[in-house]
Amino acid sequence: MGDNRPIIVEIRNIFKSYTRGSQTVPVLEDITFDIMDGEFLALMGPSGSGKSTLLNLIAGIDKADSGTIKVGGIDITTLSETDLAGWRAINVGFIFQFYNLMPVLTAFENVELPLLLTGLSRRERKEHVDMALGAVSLSDRIDHYPSQLSGGQQQRVAIARAVVTDPTILVADEPTGDLDRRSAEEILDLMERLVHELGKTIIMVTHDPRAAGKAHIIKHLEKGILTDNGPAQAAI
Amino acid sequence: MGLLKLLFKNAFRHKLRTFLTVLGITIAILAFGMLRTIVGAWYAGVEASSATRLVTRNSVSLVFFLPISYKEKIRQVPGVTEVGYSDWFGGVYIEEKNFFPNFATDAKTAIELFPEFLVPEDQKNAFMRDRKGVVVGRKTAQRFGWKIGDLVTLKGTIFPGNWEFVIRAIYHGAQKSTDETQFFFHWNYLNESLKKTAPYRADKVGWFLVGVKSPDVAADVAVEIDKLFKNSLAETITETEKAFQLSFISMTEAIVVVIQLVSIIVIIIIMAVMANTMAMTVRERTGEYAIMKTLGFGGWYIGGLILGESLVIAGTGSALGIGLTFPAAKAFGDSLSQYFPIFNVSRSTIYLEMAAGLIVAVVAAVFPIWRAIRLRIADGLRRIG
Repeated sequence: MGDNRPIIVEIRNIFKSYTRGSQTVPVLEDITFDIMDGEFLALMGPSGSGKSTLLNLIAGIDKADSGTIKVGGIDITTLSETDLAGWRAINVGFIFQFYNLMPVLTAFENVELPLLLTGLSRRERKEHVDMALGAVSLSDRIDHYPSQLSGGQQQRVAIARAVVTDPTILVADEPTGDLDRRSAEEILDLMERLVHELGKTIIMVTHDPRAAGKAHIIKHLEKGILTDNGPAQAAI
Repeated sequence: MGLLKLLFKNAFRHKLRTFLTVLGITIAILAFGMLRTIVGAWYAGVEASSATRLVTRNSVSLVFFLPISYKEKIRQVPGVTEVGYSDWFGGVYIEEKNFFPNFATDAKTAIELFPEFLVPEDQKNAFMRDRKGVVVGRKTAQRFGWKIGDLVTLKGTIFPGNWEFVIRAIYHGAQKSTDETQFFFHWNYLNESLKKTAPYRADKVGWFLVGVKSPDVAADVAVEIDKLFKNSLAETITETEKAFQLSFISMTEAIVVVIQLVSIIVIIIIMAVMANTMAMTVRERTGEYAIMKTLGFGGWYIGGLILGESLVIAGTGSALGIGLTFPAAKAFGDSLSQYFPIFNVSRSTIYLEMAAGLIVAVVAAVFPIWRAIRLRIADGLRRIG
């Protein structure tokens, strides 16, 4: 990965804590790092280390106590809830552990869902959805409901939904956590392809060293503090 | 796919739950409509009353008679156009359950004073010629299968004996709100008989029906009539036909109030049921709403989906309830026509049913919408898996 790539995510001095009763529990402490455009980054660490919280902050679905996060040059910590919703629609694609597809919608309709906020025409939406489902090799499953698809296929639909708006970054929270080994391998290969062929930036939270092995960079979190980081192979 | 499709798919996702909720709303709206129609039927006589008709009766009570000689004096009052008179006859056909309103009346003026009773000219003439002739409303004729020329015997309850009549005319109502159950015959027929059997009751009437030039002079005419008979043996009280009808309603006002209260309680109950359905639905979909928020859908967008779903369910139930109100009211009105001669579903009842359905939908959705808007994505995502 060349260093001449622009910085796409800039995280500076992030602090985040939760209040439990009268106690304040620190979750993230003074997190600072950058993510380059087109980089595949894995966040690793034990449960409760704050990796999912950090991912949520980068994706604009949670707010930091202090510090700044810039994505594509926009400081998202200053945006209101409404502005953040609009920002997420354009800039962030989400991939979850449990796929989180709408059970009443077909694969096509699930992928189309985020496009309803874009103002594209019906024909344009269809073109985008067909392309996204084609990219995850599910063109023959467009009319299937999630309950009619395997776990791996559902995750591929979720990936198609994440990329269909051509977002600035893709965030993935344990994307292979609910899959068997073979399906997990397929999903990781697909994510690798998104980075290499489409130049996507992916930030992935994972416990799985095999999944992390696919990333360019691995960052470890321990009790809310970045302990080390470096190229994936070296880290593993 | 539009969000409307998602809305409909969500509304019918739990088919049994949605079916039962829709069924509940249908029954509630139907019950509400029927109860409102009963209240309307109670006031039907008042609604059908004319502003140019006054009723003069004995000031003590309706059960005390007035001398027939008052007629000519009343006619002399400026503003009076016509004076008719009637007696409540209270006859029953074969047995007491066959009740319908029947009156001995001044035949000529009765027909002129009630233009809303449409009688064919030839039948009117036949009625005028026959001392025992009778004009009967379409519904009563239908109820007993009476035809023109049929001989009908009523058993007198106030005026004892068997009274024979010949059906000479059948009237139709000019409007839907016109009572088509009445039965009226020549007062002379009754009076002649009373002269022989009970002379002290002869030449007396229950009330006078007074036609006036215009509603504007009605109050002055009423005062003038009552002034005429001040300090006489039978003082009068003259009021508009509407006030006269309302005096009957006031006796049963408590029942009407109870019916109105019950109709509101029915709506409150179904509102609670619907609110519970929506609350359950939204609680189950917390994760999905969180996902939608991550995709960029704002809180108000999701609130709109919840409101839309509530409107679809309540709207379906309300539409079915409103649709069923008409046949139910017809069946109810037909079987109880002796008590409710006019049992029509009014336009205002339909509007009230629609408003009730709308209120149920909106109120049921308020709390779930509030929860969905306040939902933090991170909290919602924690519910999944």
